[in-house]
Amino acid sequence: MPTRILIPSGVLGLGFDKAALAKGVAAKPDLICIDGGSTDSGPFSLGSATSKYARSVTKSEWRQLMLARAEAGVPLVIGTAGTCGADPCVDWMYQITCELAAELGQHLRIARLYSSQPSERIIDALAQGRLRALHPAPEVSPQTLGEMANIVALAGAEQIQTALATGADIVIAGRTTDTAIIAALPLARGDHAGAAWHGAKVGECGALCSTNPMSGVILVSFDETGFTVQPMADGATCTPHSVSAHMLYENSDPFILYEPGGHLDVTRSRYTALDARRVRVEGSEWHPGAYSVKLEGARLAGYQTTILAVLRDAHYVANAGKWADNLHAFLTGLIAERMGLAPETYDLEFRLIGVNSALGAMENKVGTPSEVGVLGLITAQTAEIAAEIGKLANPHVLHYPLTKDEELPTFAFPYSPAQSDRGALYEFALNHVLELDDPMSAFNLTVTEVA
Amino acid sequence: MPSLGEVIPKIRSKNAGPFWVTIDLFCGTPALFKAVATRLSTAEVAKLFSQPAPAVKRFDIEDLNVVKFSFPRPVVQGSRTDRDMHGAQWATLLAEYDINLPPSP
Repeated sequence: MPTRILIPSGVLGLGFDKAALAKGVAAKPDLICIDGGSTDSGPFSLGSATSKYARSVTKSEWRQLMLARAEAGVPLVIGTAGTCGADPCVDWMYQITCELAAELGQHLRIARLYSSQPSERIIDALAQGRLRALHPAPEVSPQTLGEMANIVALAGAEQIQTALATGADIVIAGRTTDTAIIAALPLARGDHAGAAWHGAKVGECGALCSTNPMSGVILVSFDETGFTVQPMADGATCTPHSVSAHMLYENSDPFILYEPGGHLDVTRSRYTALDARRVRVEGSEWHPGAYSVKLEGARLAGYQTTILAVLRDAHYVANAGKWADNLHAFLTGLIAERMGLAPETYDLEFRLIGVNSALGAMENKVGTPSEVGVLGLITAQTAEIAAEIGKLANPHVLHYPLTKDEELPTFAFPYSPAQSDRGALYEFALNHVLELDDPMSAFNLTVTEVA
Repeated sequence: MPSLGEVIPKIRSKNAGPFWVTIDLFCGTPALFKAVATRLSTAEVAKLFSQPAPAVKRFDIEDLNVVKFSFPRPVVQGSRTDRDMHGAQWATLLAEYDINLPPSP
């Protein structure tokens, strides 16, 4: 008996084709699962333990998946709930699930798998030599670990299997690897381990492995020798090329994928078109290794205020780099004079949009823009200092002249005030794995019945 | 001389986690794959992205007609000096890179 896993899309919040989901449910899956996030959007979600997706969108898509689950009569699993999978995001998703259970009249057993790590646990692991740096890794010490806003560990198949073994109708998991929620059930049933992880990797972005990526829904069938992948939307097809090419996506190595407890090697995988839509894959290898889980951590890196102005005057557009350098030097002096702040206690940077704002020093193209956007980034130790520097800078960003003997220019401010207080700035500060004797020892499971 | 982006069907870049960026050159045909794999050196790519050549991992994937490069992000994703959260615009440097390829058949 193959194990059929239905994946509605690459992430909850991006939408999926409803007709394709209905076809997927009709195909009698053994489990429905979807990813809730990743580090893709940057460190803010993990730093603040908030979802990047709108609650309204999350709830409306989750409602459709809860209805699909009820119809299929199989478990529904979300991994990396609330974008970053920190504990408050699991609770946020649980609250949404409880609201929907009440609205839909569903009686549910819900398992919550928590992935947040107390900093003391990681500090202990560092002392015991159980914290291993990947390349490249930021320096860590008991002090830097203690200063992290949030740390999560990426759960693997074992923790998802433990959650499923509670008989849960719905599993709301904190941070997991993208693949673990898909691979867990096939592995528990004894399907081919290489196929379980490889099929999970192919399916983790939904229909991105097909010719119609936006349709979302995909069905992966696992068995003792391999897996078969097929898109559910009308007109979408999987080809050996579209499936094998997915190993390239967001992977630094297209053949090797590290997971808790080992690694996948697809060097010898064979991809065969079963028909115009379905692809069969065999020959993927799983190599068991020491049990470790990857960690992600975000730390506070200051508070930001930004300011935006647009130069349209041709003389200023042509000399924007020099103008920004002069303005920076002038403001540095003024901040020291008026606020008593030395330059090393804050950061002020101007990026020129239309010149090199995306690539910085790597930019090798010199264009002739008709206007240049000036994005000022102010980063300071407190939000108050950043806001004060923003106010101090404002009139000078508006009027700063290239030379002393010209009439004061006035540039275009797109809104009032021109500066925006952005709040906390977080940065990723861990690229490490935590070695574990017992996979569940760094994770917590809570099971509740809701009606 | 044509640019790489004018010669091959697709070039994309993306983060591979917060600490790495990876660039895929989809060459489309075995002939173009062979031409790109032969004439585009890892050292040239490293220089384009201001990286030391040994830091750049290279994969010539004949089955897919893809040449892939991965290297540690010089700036960690989303940190204060990062300019491109997803690393997706980096591909333009390779797309605009002039390369001496034989004329397409």
